[in-house]
Amino acid sequence: MRRGPGAIAIVLPVLLAIGLGQGPAPAAEGPARSAPPPAIEQALIDLKSEDEAVRDSAVTVLIEQGDVSLLPKLDEIRADADRSVRQAIKPVVDLLKNRANLASDNTDTRRSAATDLGMMGRPAAISWLEQAAAKEPNRWVRYTMEESAQLLKLGTDDPSVKTAAAGKLGELQSPNGLPALKELVQAGAEPGATDQQKAVAKAAGVAVEQIELWASWSGAIETIFRGISLSSILLIMSLGLAIVFGLMGVINMAHGELMMVGAYATFVTQECFRVWFSADVFDYYFLTALPVSFLVAAVCGFVLEATVIRFLYGRPLETMLATWGVSLILMQAARVYFGDLTAVVAPGPLRGGAQVMVGVYLPYNRMFIIALSIVCVLGIYYTLFGSNLGLRVRAVTQNRNMSACLGIPTRKVDSYTFAFGSGLAGIAGWALTMVGNVDPGLGQNYIVDSFMVVVTGGVGKLAGTIVASLGIGGLNKLIEPSFGAVYGKVLILVLVILFLQWRPSGLFAVKGRHADA
Amino acid sequence: MEWKGTKQPSDSEIETMKTAESGPSRREFLAQGGRVAAAAGAAALVGNLGNWALSYAADKEPIKIGILHSLSGTMAISEVSLRDVVLMAVEEINAKGGVMGRKIQPVVVDPASNWDLFAEKAKQLLLQDKVAVVFGCWTSVSRKSVLPVFEKNNGLLFYPVQYEGEECSRNVFYTGAAVNQQAIPAVEYLMSKEGGAHKKFYLLGTDYVYPRTTNKILRAMLLAKKVPAANIMEEYTPFHHQDYQTIVGKIKKFAAGGGGCVISTINGDSNVPFYKEFANQGLRAEDAPIMAFSVAEDELRGMDTSALVGHLAAWNYYQSVDTPQNKQFAANFKAYCKKNNLPDGEKRVTDDPMEAGYFGVYVWKQAVEKAGSIEVDKVRKAVYGQKFLAPGGEIMMDPANQHTHKPVLIGEILKDGQFKIVNRSKGLVKPEPWSEYTNPEKGCDWINHQGTYQKK
Repeated sequence: MRRGPGAIAIVLPVLLAIGLGQGPAPAAEGPARSAPPPAIEQALIDLKSEDEAVRDSAVTVLIEQGDVSLLPKLDEIRADADRSVRQAIKPVVDLLKNRANLASDNTDTRRSAATDLGMMGRPAAISWLEQAAAKEPNRWVRYTMEESAQLLKLGTDDPSVKTAAAGKLGELQSPNGLPALKELVQAGAEPGATDQQKAVAKAAGVAVEQIELWASWSGAIETIFRGISLSSILLIMSLGLAIVFGLMGVINMAHGELMMVGAYATFVTQECFRVWFSADVFDYYFLTALPVSFLVAAVCGFVLEATVIRFLYGRPLETMLATWGVSLILMQAARVYFGDLTAVVAPGPLRGGAQVMVGVYLPYNRMFIIALSIVCVLGIYYTLFGSNLGLRVRAVTQNRNMSACLGIPTRKVDSYTFAFGSGLAGIAGWALTMVGNVDPGLGQNYIVDSFMVVVTGGVGKLAGTIVASLGIGGLNKLIEPSFGAVYGKVLILVLVILFLQWRPSGLFAVKGRHADA
Repeated sequence: MEWKGTKQPSDSEIETMKTAESGPSRREFLAQGGRVAAAAGAAALVGNLGNWALSYAADKEPIKIGILHSLSGTMAISEVSLRDVVLMAVEEINAKGGVMGRKIQPVVVDPASNWDLFAEKAKQLLLQDKVAVVFGCWTSVSRKSVLPVFEKNNGLLFYPVQYEGEECSRNVFYTGAAVNQQAIPAVEYLMSKEGGAHKKFYLLGTDYVYPRTTNKILRAMLLAKKVPAANIMEEYTPFHHQDYQTIVGKIKKFAAGGGGCVISTINGDSNVPFYKEFANQGLRAEDAPIMAFSVAEDELRGMDTSALVGHLAAWNYYQSVDTPQNKQFAANFKAYCKKNNLPDGEKRVTDDPMEAGYFGVYVWKQAVEKAGSIEVDKVRKAVYGQKFLAPGGEIMMDPANQHTHKPVLIGEILKDGQFKIVNRSKGLVKPEPWSEYTNPEKGCDWINHQGTYQKK
């Protein structure tokens, strides 16, 4: 159930295509690997029969006695068979293929084979799964193998086996077993149920409770993770804005487009790697793109400040309109120049996710963004409070005239600060290529949320931005499961408006003399 | 225009004469310029007159047609391809002598993804440019916005995109699929043994009219097929939604134990984050396939397909349809894009709405030739029952309900952004603008009834 699906979807056909004759050796227990015994030969012939009953019995024989070495033959039969025969062969091929994959070197392949076998409802697979589980080194693959074996046992006729399987599934806290177990509980509750059915139902009922209890826990853990993940995305988007809007007081409507610039810089870096470097180092494009997107966005911001914004300091309305115009120009330019052929391929290590508990699966890309947002916050705190530039920035934002008197070049500080904030937007764009797509409208999707975070947090306070993004992200994910995405978003907006009615200057209001400077 | 050209310079000539103090050189220059312009204008006028007289004599005046697709704004990414393919069809037809011996002259306007502008531009095409027919629109809301304009002025619109049905206008020919030609067969496929005998359906869409109506019909159909209500989930996200964590988590829970699938009517830029999240949370196409109605080859060009491989889509045409005329069509389109220096040139692909846009032009041409006129009422009658060998196979215009009989194909997404066709309908599927599941009492017929009527 939980592994990189892309890899599986590719690996399966590839394994088949390169011919399983030379593929991984099947489990040694498979009967008759050299020459097929007569029963199998007969079954292979029977497969082509017109009679459905004959075909079905041949399928049973093949599943129980056959092994991977039959696959090429089955493929041959399949190649020139009609539709009904092909459909009869399909389960055999699937089963045998999955059996072979149980011994694959790739954990994802092993695991998806185990899941598939569990879903196929063929009791013959129980022993394969148990044998594979005994040898399995990876914890979660072993878990899936055991789970699948128990699921298959649950489908057998023997009530004692069923009871045991239900108990084991409960212990495994298997979410996949839930529907089948619930059916058993229902069957036991019906008026005509036998004593045996009732006994099984009782065991199943216990298991259902166990599973559901854990499901609510794992759900809570996942919700918390999702909240943190959304918060980290909000945070990373808002950091640049917190500096440009929060510290400098510039309402930059083109901030979203600076994110877009960062995302396109990532895309261009990727294309350069594709063209100039070998496929082995392709994944490093992503690391390379970090400084590239920062610098490109920073340069864009620098130019924007030097050509438009510097003439409009202290005139928020004009700044807003002018930067909005700039944002439209940038968007249309991206549309014209890049068109829509702009997919960023996630680097290998950031695909898929890690399973940490039963039912709790944490995608790597989201963990990465969480880590990145923490690094960015630390970086900004260091820059603002630990470096010389930061000292000057704070001085200029607190009292421009006094700073100028003391010999701080305020013009330069302005343009560096703006470029730094824009560079942060570039980094946000770089990170966002991991969760979304690169298109000209990218900035538009995020700009409103970023402003919301900064305003809620309190203009001019970095800590406010951090707390606000955590609050809004967490609240959003808390509301969404019960209200749905559309009303969740509406509710968040309403809450933010109410909050600002209560505290107009946000969570962390700037106090003192320069409060409205 | 030419007349103006001759007049203005001579005015300035007089002006220059009057104001002698401006210096001889300037006067001379202006006078000379004026004379040259006048001569050029007169020559052009004469030339144009002659041209016009010639064309009048032979009744070879070109037929104007309108192309109403957004070339800027959010929908441009999808709609520009439709403009390209319609222009290609026009070029092909003109190269073969045009319609009834007359050339086609396309009038391209840009409604800029703005629904009000669609109505305005449609009015301009019909009243000012007096076009014989319009090919255009993509989103349902743009179609709804131009509908009154076409109905009031008795225009003719060919609409090439699959839509939610529940419409039966005599001024529109719908060459895309109705719900029973895309969504319903797709769900029937998922329920079939071949399609995996799915039992649980997660209906997920963007929040607007097409997904809502389609899902309403699908829900009615699933309930009619005895799928318990608990096994149907319906959920909508806002436009441009980017955070699919919670929804994918819900799907994972919903699909646990097997038999689950997702019916996606997610539109536009939300698709990429959705598929990415789906893959990253460890769901495979085998666990819960996503059947999409808005993801075609043209959209896949701009996506990282590794997260999409193995998922499904339902359309009436794919670029991978294996017929000689389709190979020709795809090759022609690539060549056309390259020749005209369109973005991405040879890398362009064809997809379902493009095929529908393309054969729409030919259906109209055949109808005009059959009717012997470009008058809307005559052409409309001639369109009914018209057959055409489209790239995806032969299609037929319904004899009465304005829609198109088409084949239905289920495709599986491959790594290269193309589709492997895994299932196709037997023959053509008759379009039902009013679904038998939600509106069993309604029908659409412009021959025996006046459009939408009550069945007895």
